[in-house]
Amino acid sequence: MARLIETVDLHKTYNPGKPDEVRALQGVSLQIEEGEVVALKGPSGSGKTTLLSLLGCMSRPSSGLVTVAGRDVSRLPERFLTAVRRQTFGFIFQQFNLLRDVGVLENVLLPLYPQECPVKEMRRRADALLERLGLAHRRHLKVRQLSGGEQQRVAIARALVNAPQILVADEPTAHLDSELAAELLEILGGLRDEGKTIVIATHDRFVYDHPLIGRVVALRDGRLAAEAP
Amino acid sequence: MSVTRQLKILEFALAATLRQRGRNFSILLVYTLVIAVLASVLFLTRALREEATLLLSRAPELVVQRIVAGRHDLIPLDYGRVLATIPGVGQVTPRVWGYYYDGLTRSNYTMLGIGADPPEGLALLSGRLPRLPKECALGAGVAGLRGTGPDGDLILVDHRGRTVDLPVTGVFRSDSALLTNDLVLLGEDDLRSFFGLPPDRATDFAVEVRNPQEVETVAAKVKQLLPDTRPITRREILRTYDSVFSWRSGMLLTLFASALLAFCVLAWDKATGLSAEERREIGILKAVGWDTADVLALKFWEGLVLSLTALLCGLILAWVHVFWFDSQLLTPVLKGWSILFPPFALVPSVDLYQLFVIAFLTVTPYVASTVIPSWKTAITDPESMMRS
Amino acid sequence: MIRARRFLALSGLLLVILAALLAQGELRARRFAAADVPALARLGAALGLTDLAIWTEARYTRHPSQADRFTAFQDLPGAFDHFPAGSIVAPPPADPVR
Repeated sequence: MARLIETVDLHKTYNPGKPDEVRALQGVSLQIEEGEVVALKGPSGSGKTTLLSLLGCMSRPSSGLVTVAGRDVSRLPERFLTAVRRQTFGFIFQQFNLLRDVGVLENVLLPLYPQECPVKEMRRRADALLERLGLAHRRHLKVRQLSGGEQQRVAIARALVNAPQILVADEPTAHLDSELAAELLEILGGLRDEGKTIVIATHDRFVYDHPLIGRVVALRDGRLAAEAP
Repeated sequence: MSVTRQLKILEFALAATLRQRGRNFSILLVYTLVIAVLASVLFLTRALREEATLLLSRAPELVVQRIVAGRHDLIPLDYGRVLATIPGVGQVTPRVWGYYYDGLTRSNYTMLGIGADPPEGLALLSGRLPRLPKECALGAGVAGLRGTGPDGDLILVDHRGRTVDLPVTGVFRSDSALLTNDLVLLGEDDLRSFFGLPPDRATDFAVEVRNPQEVETVAAKVKQLLPDTRPITRREILRTYDSVFSWRSGMLLTLFASALLAFCVLAWDKATGLSAEERREIGILKAVGWDTADVLALKFWEGLVLSLTALLCGLILAWVHVFWFDSQLLTPVLKGWSILFPPFALVPSVDLYQLFVIAFLTVTPYVASTVIPSWKTAITDPESMMRS
Repeated sequence: MIRARRFLALSGLLLVILAALLAQGELRARRFAAADVPALARLGAALGLTDLAIWTEARYTRHPSQADRFTAFQDLPGAFDHFPAGSIVAPPPADPVR
């Protein structure tokens, strides 16, 4: 398997030099292979979300190296970083981060608006995903009219609409009951079978103990604690 | 940025605008009205300026007034002989005219005395000019106000408080109202007798200058020979109208510029306190792959949609109001104390530069006040959305 | 992208209407200059008129071109304009010293 994501001695400090300085990551080195499903586990404040955002090209490290598919993204200007993020990653946020007063279909289409993709192709992709996730009959409803589980699936559809190679999920089961959590992991399993690489930040035992997870990376106080196979 | 991409962002901007239908419609309405009123005033003043230039193009080359103790005074007819001696001067005509306050209607008329040989065949006069003693011709405004017309009469009170009955021989057509609306024309002798003017005085002189290039020289010579006079050239007359109706001056324009500025400040104030919801929305867009340029393009379109629509609707409304409906909404405001006010049936005057400046001054601040407050949120790393 | 197309169509339509109004206005102006202006200018010349008969509240609003520099202050120096005419008519330009 090819090495898809690699970090070398990654540091991230917020508000450096100020009284409220926070050293979120301190020298994290990590490799993620193509097709892997990796869980980042750790208590609140361990740096999971920071690591996830750096891996996912949401921000740049204070120092250290991040490569994605062999390309160094650590110091890329914002425009290029956004392009890499758009082409390579799909994000599922803890709070879903959907536009509540906007329709389901439009939420799924959101990543495609500023791209060259023609409108017909946009619709085709979105419809296919909604069909696959069992939301075709809900496509014209506003997001606030959906249940929690349905909103989660809209978030997944949006994350997949760009056909990303890597899926990043931040505490995806935080607002789900056990039944919906199981359903989510089943969907993720299907995506893994399609060859997608998945990175999940979680402190939910149900998730990191699940057979879907290939490897668990533990974080504590911004450093790697242990890696379990 | 390609056309497809821009169109798609515009589509999203329109969807966002329609999501807050009520609020945005109110802004659009107010904005359109402000532009319509501002543009109405600008169109009106420009049209007046152009008409003044056209209609007064054959005003006397030189008008000579007399100033005594800082006030206008009647000018001795002898001065005319002096004026006639100046090289380049043609005909020197004493003019007898003045103002009459009509207590009955509380209006002011301009009374003009015409010579013994009045011009014939004036196209804009129904009837004829007064030829016989005690006859008069009227402007359409006076005739309308006093409910009289050709074959009717006009009753005025002279300087001794005596009632004078003047049969009306002609009424100027309303087409000429901008020039003649408040005029009452009498024979010159009748006017002198009416106002009690001394026989050796006139109100001022109209001086013909044969060579138009010499007017300034002649005016200077007049001032030199007759130091208590004030010569006014035709160029100055036209320049007065050029500048008094200049759209870069006037209290009304200042007021509206302030109103527009206040509107922009209000828009800015609303926009700077980007609501939590708006900030969240921008954060989501950044998180799903919109870069800063895309977000700013979205805000640009949001601003342009409203301001461009308001601009075009405002300009059309203003044009139709001023040139199709004779500025009927503005006239009560501008009329002031004037009882006699001509209909503003003005001829359109197109000034593309003026339109461009209106466009620039109305669209730019609004678009800027939509885009700039979003800047800070737009440049934030999307990482913040991970933590929200 | 129906909204975008509709907006562009609407803007295009408004622009066309505005252009048509301007064009019609220009035609009207030319017709006026050719047909009506000569008669009006002749009337003005025949009667020796120097000003438009718009505001008749005071001498200096009725005959702004004939008004002297100090007429506006005949009430008191620095008096505010109390006629609405002042909102449209600026004070006469500074004359060259005569």
